[in-house]
Amino acid sequence: MSKLLHWFSAGRTSGKYTLPFVILLLGITLLASAANLLLPESSALHVSTYSITLLGKYLCYAMLALAVDIIWGYCGILSLGHGAFFALGGYAMGMYLMRQIGDRGVYGHPTLPDFMVFLDWQELPWFWLGMDQFWFAMIMAVLVPGLLAFVFGWLAFRSRVTGVYLSIMTQALTYALLLAFFRNEMGFGGNNGLTDFKEILGFDLQSDATRVSLFIITALLLALVLLVSQRILSSRLGKVTLAVRDAEARTRFIGYRTERYKVWLFVYSAVIAGVAGALYVPQVGIINPGEFSPINSIEIVIWVAVGGRGTLIGAIIGALLVNYAKTRFTAIMPDGWLFALGALFVLVTLFLPKGLIGLYGQLKSKRQTLSTQEASS
Amino acid sequence: MNAIDQSLQSLRDTFRRDLVWPFLAPEHAAKVDVSNQMILYVEGLNLSFDGFKALNDLNLYVKDGELRCLIGANGAGKTTLMDVITGKSKPDSGSVFFGQTHNLLSKDEADIAQLGIGRKFQKPTVFEEQSVFDNLELSLKTDKRVIQTLFSRLSPSEIDRIDEVLKIIGLNDQRFMKAGALSHGQKQWLEIGMLLVSDPRLLLIDEPVAGMTAQETERTAELLTSLAGERTVIVVEHDMEFVRSIARTVTVLHQGSVLAEGTMDQIQNNKDVIEVYLGEEAVEA
Repeated sequence: MSKLLHWFSAGRTSGKYTLPFVILLLGITLLASAANLLLPESSALHVSTYSITLLGKYLCYAMLALAVDIIWGYCGILSLGHGAFFALGGYAMGMYLMRQIGDRGVYGHPTLPDFMVFLDWQELPWFWLGMDQFWFAMIMAVLVPGLLAFVFGWLAFRSRVTGVYLSIMTQALTYALLLAFFRNEMGFGGNNGLTDFKEILGFDLQSDATRVSLFIITALLLALVLLVSQRILSSRLGKVTLAVRDAEARTRFIGYRTERYKVWLFVYSAVIAGVAGALYVPQVGIINPGEFSPINSIEIVIWVAVGGRGTLIGAIIGALLVNYAKTRFTAIMPDGWLFALGALFVLVTLFLPKGLIGLYGQLKSKRQTLSTQEASS
Repeated sequence: MNAIDQSLQSLRDTFRRDLVWPFLAPEHAAKVDVSNQMILYVEGLNLSFDGFKALNDLNLYVKDGELRCLIGANGAGKTTLMDVITGKSKPDSGSVFFGQTHNLLSKDEADIAQLGIGRKFQKPTVFEEQSVFDNLELSLKTDKRVIQTLFSRLSPSEIDRIDEVLKIIGLNDQRFMKAGALSHGQKQWLEIGMLLVSDPRLLLIDEPVAGMTAQETERTAELLTSLAGERTVIVVEHDMEFVRSIARTVTVLHQGSVLAEGTMDQIQNNKDVIEVYLGEEAVEA
């Protein structure tokens, strides 16, 4: 009996919308892809390749928002430096794509990317070795952000740095990386970054089929990450995570080594951000140090706040909506966007502390109480 | 020559065949050595915050299975003592042993909790966003490492244990309610339940009856006395009636050290205690 009750209680967690959401996401992905590939361009329902790429970009942002939500919404660690992990994943993919150019660059050097020839370098730096292998580059896209998060998290959480101090440190981290990657001597293309990509795994990056495939792969991985994260967060580990967020000292006194939980969650989150970055780069065709900019990382937090932190779907919806709004808004008034974003953040903080998902919940419970009142009267 | 001898000796010591290197020695996994009947040894504890001596050469021994009450005015060092025992604060000097083998000063909060020392705070702290059931599940005595927690499932016996505790603390009907929605007294009970479900050897309970009704206080007293014997219970409390109703041995703390120790009657007739509590005139009169 009690087991049954427990099952029931498990069903009441916020995870019940996950599966319908995944189906919706994959359904839209398939429809959009079919509308691009199968319908003629003259058709009213045709989805242009530009739109497909844009959607793919949004989905990468959604995955990034998910990563931030796991660490902020569930564990209470406000990371203002997640853009760094995203960019590192992106750079790993960018290096692979750069090596794929081969001798088709402007200078036609068989191994060296253009910017190295331009800098008059004679041979490939050691950290570019192996990056011509896709599998190796993908391991790096996951390993480098993960390792950085581990070292950073281990030092910060073990010293019990929390709250605003930790947020400032994450900002400093991404800013330091921004400055480092701006330097030509670093060997990552300086402020131009890496671009002019030709193909991925032998497929032309400009072709519709490749674009659509990348879009579908992004959607699939987003769905996978969402499901795995939901599973993790509904396990007892998820309960410990919430406990750490709400009363960390108490959690320690019942025997959990909270800093380890925080480190591993931080690493998990950073790895997701790295994957999102690696998917982002082939779709937008460029990665440069601008991705490390502290403002980017703050923007991610706003997406999550708008959608509703502490709900994975909320983070995804927030990222999609705010980025769609950004695309529209910057087309009309490019300079006004940051003001609009700031205003949005203030409004959400004041009136929607739980984001759009919270608003939906409020409306639903209001309707329920209304209907019960009607029923009783 | 002497230096060589010394280093040779230390080398020999390092490789003595009858000893195991400390890092290879098996952990005394939660086994508490109480062969001398004592479960807690607190000796010569000193701790000062910015010149204020919160603990001043404090000595305290607690027998296994005892129910001990700690009383004392504000700032006497009761809560600080609990902080030191549970690893929250490190003392300037002194030693704290749990049983004869566990040096608590070398362990962190999580280690100490896993050894079987449970603590209830002055202000009830429960996980407000989670259900009563989840609060208890989190407190279960289980493997609390990250991976093990990720893949853990409630076993039937664990569910039974939670059910049992839910009945003891009278929150069976509120099991799926968010802990934040409970009343103050219910939160106190939930926190006691979180202690019970973790099956501790030593319970440190800070002001358990604050904010409870007379009936609830009575039930708490019953519960605590029933726990003693099998477990060791240390209670900090201001409510003298409550202390009188449960205590066999009372320790009075004053300015960071032990002022008196004995039964409630002995304490109430103790000259030092009267002096501190009522002023010197009372003694002369």
